[in-house]
Amino acid sequence: MSTQRQRRAEAPELKPGQLSKPELLQMYRTMLLARRLDERMWLLNRQGKIAFVISCQGHEGAQVGIAKALRPGVDWVLPYYRDLALVLALGMTAREAMLGAFARAEDPSSGGRQMPSHYGSPRLRIVSGSSPVATQIPHAVGVALASKLRREDAVAVTCLGEGSTSQGDFHEGLNFAAVHSLPVVFVCENNGWAISTPLREEMAVKRVSKRARAYGMPGETVDGSDLLGVYEAMQRAVARARQGEGPTLLEVLTVRLTSHSSDDNQFTYRPKKELATETRHHEPLAACGRYLRQAGILDDAKAQELEAAVAAEVDDATDYAERAAPPAPETLLERVYAEG
Amino acid sequence: MPQKNVVEAVRDALLEEMERDPTVILMGEDVGERGGVFRATEGLLAKFGPERVIDAPLAESSIVGVAIGAAVNGFRPVAEIQFADFILPAVNQLISEAAKLRYRSNGAFGRPLTVRTPYGGGVHGALYHSQSIEALFAHIPGLKVVAPSTPYDTKGLLKAAIRDPDPVLFLEHKRAYRLIRGEVPEGEYVLPIGKAEVKRQGTDLSLITYGLTVHYGLQAAEELAREGVSVEVLDLRTLLPLDREAVLATAKKTGKVLIAHEDNLTGGLGGEVAAIIAQDAFEWLDAPVMRLAGPDVPAMGYAKTLEDAYMLSPEKIAAALRKLAAY
Repeated sequence: MSTQRQRRAEAPELKPGQLSKPELLQMYRTMLLARRLDERMWLLNRQGKIAFVISCQGHEGAQVGIAKALRPGVDWVLPYYRDLALVLALGMTAREAMLGAFARAEDPSSGGRQMPSHYGSPRLRIVSGSSPVATQIPHAVGVALASKLRREDAVAVTCLGEGSTSQGDFHEGLNFAAVHSLPVVFVCENNGWAISTPLREEMAVKRVSKRARAYGMPGETVDGSDLLGVYEAMQRAVARARQGEGPTLLEVLTVRLTSHSSDDNQFTYRPKKELATETRHHEPLAACGRYLRQAGILDDAKAQELEAAVAAEVDDATDYAERAAPPAPETLLERVYAEG
Repeated sequence: MPQKNVVEAVRDALLEEMERDPTVILMGEDVGERGGVFRATEGLLAKFGPERVIDAPLAESSIVGVAIGAAVNGFRPVAEIQFADFILPAVNQLISEAAKLRYRSNGAFGRPLTVRTPYGGGVHGALYHSQSIEALFAHIPGLKVVAPSTPYDTKGLLKAAIRDPDPVLFLEHKRAYRLIRGEVPEGEYVLPIGKAEVKRQGTDLSLITYGLTVHYGLQAAEELAREGVSVEVLDLRTLLPLDREAVLATAKKTGKVLIAHEDNLTGGLGGEVAAIIAQDAFEWLDAPVMRLAGPDVPAMGYAKTLEDAYMLSPEKIAAALRKLAAY
């Protein structure tokens, strides 16, 4: 089962790139924060304190690598529901993420209106998304069209699961972007599962990136546990977009460590052995930690220090959001239209 | 004052708004070189260039979806769906996205967007070039739905739609495009979205309608005037939000109301208008509220006999008004 995506059996050795040691450590810290926040959300869900969790666990390397190639607040990002590490890397805070999880009035994404993980932030140019998948893809294309018409060098990036590639909006969006050579990067975080449907039942090709050729754009596949590989591939795609060379389809192979959501039980359809193999080889947080240790950037003392700092941040975010006020019932009627 | 038809009024509004505001862009199928299959965008490519008049791939979901994205990033797109019958692939983008973007982001991301589309029958368009789709969208909070009847209203309301901060579905009756002529002043005027207009004053009966049926209703009212019955004709002009005050005012004035629309009866706008009257003007009524609408069939047929059997006409409306007058 683990070979269904035909990727390398072992996580690749991470190559030292243009990133400095403090930058690499910061990226690792963001991955760790995303993981621990996500784990806390599951705990809160099982305690009955929050109604729903949809997880980024196993996608952190892909997302932090993607974000590193972007300029927060300049480039536009249209994420999907697994992108917690991505939005943290762009500048959302742990408190902001938890405010969404608790559906508080202060939740910057929606003021407690949307399910958790439907991120939005005008400040960071993270565009609010919905739950029907792939609808954000044409939006990213339109955002890129607007940037191009204004002769700005802002790039639009949209993330999606491989399940979304079955939708018509995926096809329509990529086609439109390629016809007009727009500055947009389509990032498919391929974890091999559309809830319970495995990749082999989602598509007859082995690589999502192979579809790029049909639209007349480059496609590339990278391993999501290869943080620098993701970063470098994303840099290439972003550079193409900025230079007016048009869109790119970037596929990042990830592993979904959790069930689809807190209302799912993946072991009703997913072999435990498959998950164990995937985790052993492609779990991004461990892979990144190993690399940082080999590179002499991380040691036991530093790792403990990071864990303690992240735990304190997660505690603070949880306490803050738990105490924050829910939206007032009468606000249900507000902001349907501009004047209301 | 110059006489223009409806399609010329659409073109005037687009031209003036594009001249006035450089962020107004058009996108749709065949809107460029061809100037639209109904020629509503004729000449605009030559005047504004391919960056502002964009021939889109034949894919309605992305026409609306890309327009939403451009709106998020500072433009005021006007998307054209070539025929309203073809808007259904874009329903997800209109209902899940355009209508909810402001609400779901707690006000952060609401943006202007106009989606124009020709609707309605009487042009030998058969099942898939004749439909009335307004009731599907008039149910959706977050959208505004406008359906003008005259060239004057078309220009003023389309300009308002383009300037509106929220998504507006702008319905142009395709039979009215060249059939209906009227005075349209040169230059600047904007009409308010959400306001109905009494197109003919009357005292005995009220006819509440919109779109092409307004003109059929005015002919029917003329006919009834010769028979000594005074019919007031209220043109809704905007279907969402409905002008409740105007509906109630005419119902209270005459006490007898016929609601007419080409869209089929069940779940149509007439039900909503009738409910407003039943709830808030019951004591003024002298007769049950009546509805005249397209029959509950999937759509009108191609053969003239089938099309005529479906369509409303001045004669059908006059007959219904006589029935109401006799109650």
